[in-house]
Amino acid sequence: MAKLDLSKAKYAKLKKFIDENQGETCGLMPVLHQAQEIFGCIPIEVQKFISEELNVSVAEIYGVVTFYSRFSTEPVGEYVIGVCLGTACYVKGAQKIIDDIGSKLNIKPEQTTKDGKFTLTATRCIGACGLAPVITINDDVYGRLTPDQIPEILSKYTDELEGE
Amino acid sequence: MKVKIKIDGIEYEVPSHYTVLDACKEAKIDIPTLCFLKGLNETGACRMCVVEVDGARSLQASCVLKVRDGMKIKTNSKRVQQSRVTTLELLLANHNKDCLKCNRNGKCELQDLAERFHIKNIYFDSFEKRTPLYDDTSFSIVRDQSKCILCGRCITACEKTAGMSILTYIHRGFEAVVGTGFNYKLEDAGCLYCGQCINVCPVGALKEKTHIERVWDAINDSTKHVVVQTAPAVRASIGEEFGLEIGTRCTGKMVSAIRRLGVDKVFDTNFGADLTIMEEGYELLNRLKNGGELPLLTSCSPGWIRLVEQYYPEFIPNLSTCKSPQQMFGAVIKSYYAEKMNIDPKDIFVVSVMPCSSKKYEMNREEMERDGIKDVDAVLTTREIGNMIREVGIQFTDLEDEDFDHPLGEYTGAGVIFGATGGVMEAALRTVADILENKDLDEFEYEAVRGVEGIKEAEVEIGGKKLNIAVAHGGENAKKLMDLVKNSKKQYHFIEIMGCDGGCVNGGGQPYVKANVRNTGIDVRKLRANALYEEDTIKQVRKSHQNESVQRLYKEFLEKPNSHKSHELLHTHYTKRELFPIK
Ligand code: SF4
Ligand code: SF4
Ligand code: SF4
Ligand code: FES
Repeated sequence: MAKLDLSKAKYAKLKKFIDENQGETCGLMPVLHQAQEIFGCIPIEVQKFISEELNVSVAEIYGVVTFYSRFSTEPVGEYVIGVCLGTACYVKGAQKIIDDIGSKLNIKPEQTTKDGKFTLTATRCIGACGLAPVITINDDVYGRLTPDQIPEILSKYTDELEGE
Repeated sequence: MKVKIKIDGIEYEVPSHYTVLDACKEAKIDIPTLCFLKGLNETGACRMCVVEVDGARSLQASCVLKVRDGMKIKTNSKRVQQSRVTTLELLLANHNKDCLKCNRNGKCELQDLAERFHIKNIYFDSFEKRTPLYDDTSFSIVRDQSKCILCGRCITACEKTAGMSILTYIHRGFEAVVGTGFNYKLEDAGCLYCGQCINVCPVGALKEKTHIERVWDAINDSTKHVVVQTAPAVRASIGEEFGLEIGTRCTGKMVSAIRRLGVDKVFDTNFGADLTIMEEGYELLNRLKNGGELPLLTSCSPGWIRLVEQYYPEFIPNLSTCKSPQQMFGAVIKSYYAEKMNIDPKDIFVVSVMPCSSKKYEMNREEMERDGIKDVDAVLTTREIGNMIREVGIQFTDLEDEDFDHPLGEYTGAGVIFGATGGVMEAALRTVADILENKDLDEFEYEAVRGVEGIKEAEVEIGGKKLNIAVAHGGENAKKLMDLVKNSKKQYHFIEIMGCDGGCVNGGGQPYVKANVRNTGIDVRKLRANALYEEDTIKQVRKSHQNESVQRLYKEFLEKPNSHKSHELLHTHYTKRELFPIK
């Protein structure tokens, strides 16, 4: 699980936004956008908070959060690794790629490393079949991958972080 | 104002506020609907009701389309017919079609449509690929997503009637399901177990947790003494299970039928209701006299209790400490009655027949037992007792009327009206007024608290005291009233609240009323309540404190209302409950 910071300061920030916008019928959507921005995701704790502030049930909030893909309920890592499991990539060994990345990072797909750096996720076809098998790490794309390239690619991100 | 329209080539004049669906009904055409519930769920979601309208390119959902002057509508074109069938086929493709073992078999709105449209092919079968949730973790309600057709009726009922919004659409597109926030169990998701969602579900996706089997087991166990109690609201609705008109009072037939199931005694929860009035009436008098917490809030409805415990815990001290009639009755059976009959309480099996799904939860609350013996052992809904009677082939409508057994089958008119909103209040006032005035008053009908208006308020003068009273029913109205009580300066003295809209007559365990019947505009709550008020007027004794069996119970066993013994057996306490506890 990535670091989830539910500090008082963050709640205060969200509360401030809600209070400031109360006059103009503070709708659920703007509040959820703020919450996603402030906390990096909208977990149950935050949904309960919003539920009480806006007098909207947790179920309704959860319904909206799961409807829009831009909201998430769990924190995602700093780097989201998307492994394409579309047909072309799959045929070219994407399963082995995702398994290898998983065992290297010690997580399963749709999980995040303990230090919060990486989230591993399987995606549908991203339309780069010519490059199969393909992975994305945030905005970077890596194509025609072989499993042995994985450690090197991952180290770019871990090293970069350490350098900061 | 009227408008002229043409339906299938024939001209009609209809009021301008009509929908096309209304207009077709008037033209004697029954347009198929599925998601539509008049006045409740008008979302146009399922597209079962489509018609062709001249000038519109796509087919239109008639349930939400208003008529316009000059409108030309086709309801029987090939295109319309095909669209309906396709809609149905798509629904069925995603449906767990195990009708033969489904609790809605024979009472299912989806089956009705499949039959009406002679569905022959089910082209798509994507159902197998999903892993729908089957949640039977609660004491009251079972959710089977494999049967859900996403009509949204439960979502709206929970939002608008129960006022809770516990259920919602989760995810989107092919992944969409109806569920709770974060998929929490109902127990932790703020649910009242009122079952209003069950009552509107067209299919078998929501149902009560059945106790039928354990009741048959007890009946067939010769060491068990099986005692049945029937709640007031059941007599007003059980006839519907056997095709009788809504609002037909069937007290005598109900008793005959249940007796024929092979139980040892058939008693009436109304006895418990009369007892509740004694305990609660004196509790009110004590609070008034000794400056206790006011307003006193009634505590008969477990749905309402859950509402307080979860949403208004600050009002817990206001709740009457009285157990509900069902629980009081159970406690009396397993103490007083056991002693009198010389039966070990362990060998007594108490079955409640209730209009309610929340009662199944209530009987399982940990306060509702003594020395490990539960007050009540099984709760059957009106639907379940209907099933049992049908199963063994008892010809309900041909039965002679029979009386309840004595002594705990004796009840007053005041007990009967418990089943309708305002009834507990009226019953309590009848008794409290007599006590304060110290005479048998002739005027004891309190019209102001009757009827289905959401919130009823009145000032009554009894024994020289002015009391502000209020009555609400259904979670949504209950919340409104509690917010009012919180924010107004007015001192309320006594408030009756029932978890279900209309009171127990419209409880979550009552017979299904299909949408096509509901949508005719009948008020099921009123029709069933009338049956109860009718029984009240024909009872010789109409005040709880005049119930001779109750008087005897005090003399022989409890001593007096709110005595030490009453408190031990008939009173309880409440606990604040957290919503969505974080694990
Ligand atoms: S919900 Fe209706 S159609 Fe579906 S399995 Fe049950 S009876 Fe059959
Ligand atoms: S039982 Fe009542 S509160 Fe619970 S989901 Fe159903 S309608 Fe809502
Ligand atoms: S559970 Fe029943 S009422 Fe609710 S959406 Fe599904 S089918 Fe409709
Ligand atoms: S859209 Fe009209 S009944 Fe569903």
